[in-house]
Amino acid sequence: MLSIKNLYVSVEGMEILKGINLEVKPGEVHAIMGPNGSGKSTLANVLAGKEEYEITSGEVIYENEDLLDKSPEDRAKEGIFLSFQYPVEIPGVPMVNFLKTAVNEHRKYNGLKELTAGEFLKLMREKMDMVDMHPNLTNRSVNEGFSGGEKKKNEIFQMALLEPKLAILDETDSGLDIDALKTVAHGVNALRSPERSAIVVTHYQRLLDYIVPDFVHILYKGKIVKTAGKELALELEEKGYDWIKSENL
Amino acid sequence: MEEQDKILNDVTQGEYKYGFVTAIETDIIEKGLNEDVIRLISAIKEEPEFMLNFRLEAFRKWQKMKMPNWAYLKIPPIDLQEISYYAAPKKKVQYESLDEVDPELIETFNKLGIPLEEQKQLAGVAVDAVIDSVSVKTTFKETLAEKGVIFCSFSEAVREHPGLVKKYLGMSVPVADNYFAALNSAVFSDGSFCYIPKGVRCPMELSTYFRINSANTGQFERTLIVADDDSYVSYLEGCTAPMRDENQLHAAVVEIIAMDRAEVKYSTVQNWYPGDKNGKGGIYNFVTKRGVCKGVSSKISWTQVETGSAITWKYPSCILMGDNSVGEFNSVAVTNNRQQADTGSKMIHIGKNTKSTIISKGISAGKSDNSYRGLVKIMPNAKNSRNFSQCDSLLLNNTCGAHTFPYIEVGNKSSVVEHEATTSKIGEDQIFYCNQRGIDTETAIGMIVNGYAKEVLNKLPMEFAVEAQKLLQISLEGSVG
Ligand SMILES: Nc1ncnc2c1ncn2[C@@H]1O[C@H](COP(=O)(O)OP(=O)(O)OP(=O)(O)O)[C@@H](O)[C@H]1O
Ligand SMILES: [Mg+2]
Repeated sequence: MLSIKNLYVSVEGMEILKGINLEVKPGEVHAIMGPNGSGKSTLANVLAGKEEYEITSGEVIYENEDLLDKSPEDRAKEGIFLSFQYPVEIPGVPMVNFLKTAVNEHRKYNGLKELTAGEFLKLMREKMDMVDMHPNLTNRSVNEGFSGGEKKKNEIFQMALLEPKLAILDETDSGLDIDALKTVAHGVNALRSPERSAIVVTHYQRLLDYIVPDFVHILYKGKIVKTAGKELALELEEKGYDWIKSENL
Repeated sequence: MEEQDKILNDVTQGEYKYGFVTAIETDIIEKGLNEDVIRLISAIKEEPEFMLNFRLEAFRKWQKMKMPNWAYLKIPPIDLQEISYYAAPKKKVQYESLDEVDPELIETFNKLGIPLEEQKQLAGVAVDAVIDSVSVKTTFKETLAEKGVIFCSFSEAVREHPGLVKKYLGMSVPVADNYFAALNSAVFSDGSFCYIPKGVRCPMELSTYFRINSANTGQFERTLIVADDDSYVSYLEGCTAPMRDENQLHAAVVEIIAMDRAEVKYSTVQNWYPGDKNGKGGIYNFVTKRGVCKGVSSKISWTQVETGSAITWKYPSCILMGDNSVGEFNSVAVTNNRQQADTGSKMIHIGKNTKSTIISKGISAGKSDNSYRGLVKIMPNAKNSRNFSQCDSLLLNNTCGAHTFPYIEVGNKSSVVEHEATTSKIGEDQIFYCNQRGIDTETAIGMIVNGYAKEVLNKLPMEFAVEAQKLLQISLEGSVG
């Protein structure tokens, strides 16, 4: 599904990703962990197509096509979803308009009929229940004045609406209370299928109790320095990153 | 040519007589501005003496005036002697079908969702029988006539209703009000006149009519709207379709007079050619719009969506004379590329318990400059008056400018004036967030801008609000990234 080969990325002349290799097969869940500033969000943003990053070498193949050639909106419509670490507020744009536009852009791109307002509202309510979103939130502007946790839930709600093939969750668990964490995990698990994959960036093994990963990678200073099964997360929780750091001096 | 010279000679040297002008075959009089040209314009139009006097007074005062330079605008020198001040209605290029029309124009029409038949009219394609604009107009006229509403060209009003014109012309905008108004008063070629009799609610938005006619707007246009006691009218000027004109300078005047308990809603969509990306070409739009709430409890509201013109200089204003009268100004002004706009409003409170609201939403992109300039003046006798002003600026990048120049004068203690201002920027992060949800940049900007301007767009007549929304989006195309 996704194949990252020897990816080097710089921002403002500073090299941040230094040769990333990652292979995600359909149905797999990969967790990425690593200390602050190691490049996790950078990797997520590059996959989603954020502009300010310069790809100095390497390639990313998504569903047998060169991903890096595509615009962010086309990547989205081809099934890549990024749950942002810091979802941005868009004052003046009602959630409902935003979501309906997003859903219909996806549908158009994939040759489906656009949903009418009625059909959309029905779909929206269904997904709202699933992630336990407060109905008031959809009457407001996108993320405007949402609490930290509400913003994160809103990301998962959007994911549920758009049903991506590859979901990239960038610290979606940060700032969530324990119930919200379960709901978010439930939202992600509900999407799991042999065709859908996920990359879950997190600092805490706790989330991985609910979303059980097939692989755990440790990203350190722009490189994946260790890959193992879900037990690696437990080991990290116990020992912290010092042993990784000393191994990679 | 020879004939034209002869006529000019006749006018400049001989006695001015009514009537002889009917023999004139030429379309355009020679360039330049002097008293004889004014007389000639008046003569060609067979105007009564009060009109000629109005023009001459304006001209004489104008000669002593200077072009204003207080606006936040860089105005290239305009040679007023290089302009011809009278041209007969232009024969527009006629096309056989839309296939012959500039495809870019057609694309814009389609984006705006303008129906095919109207596209043809706007682009100057010979129209078949589906919409016969003449018959549409006639139907309008009949409906209006039943109610006693007068709605006609300014020239026709001067011919048919000279008493009304004489009574109200210059009441809101005196001949020498400002440089451009004086120029307009001296040389205006035509425009519209509207009179709503006592107690009549105008049965239709005077809008569709305008769409059909908008292609003929002139360089110096004059509009006069009079709403008599207890009447109501909603008036729409302009057109979302892009308008080109070979005349660079436009100086229109709009006057509104509202009598006791009358209400006038005046909406404008201005989309004159803004020039190319580098600021070449484009219309210079110097407009004087003013309404007088003459009667008690009268109301005048200006709503404008300004996206066009290279230079916009425009301050639709209300003079609140009648006690309890209400003035409103709602504006969205977009500038992109090298456009410059200095626009806002004046609210002059004279009567007691008068109320005014100013909502101004500036949107700047490219290397443009967008200024709000507003005066709220509460006279000592205007007890218990209120004004609320909200001036917001939205920036799309770091190369454009937004400026706010509020002037507030409060002459008594029982009145309250509130002014709020905000500046915000569309962030790349917001755009990327939309992109990541499958929404392309242009649609994203459209959504954000429309959200921002919603409060004003909602005041437009329904069918126009939808078009204006699309227009905002189109005006900002390619302005981010
Ligand atoms: N746009 C940018 N401009 C400058 N530096 C940047 C930019 N984006 C990322 N960086 C730098 O790149 C490094 C990696 O940042 P990134 O956000 O990818 O880290 P992270 O692994 O997600 O960290 P965290 O766990 O704190 O979220 C950091 O040093 C950061 O300051
Ligand atoms: Mg991060």
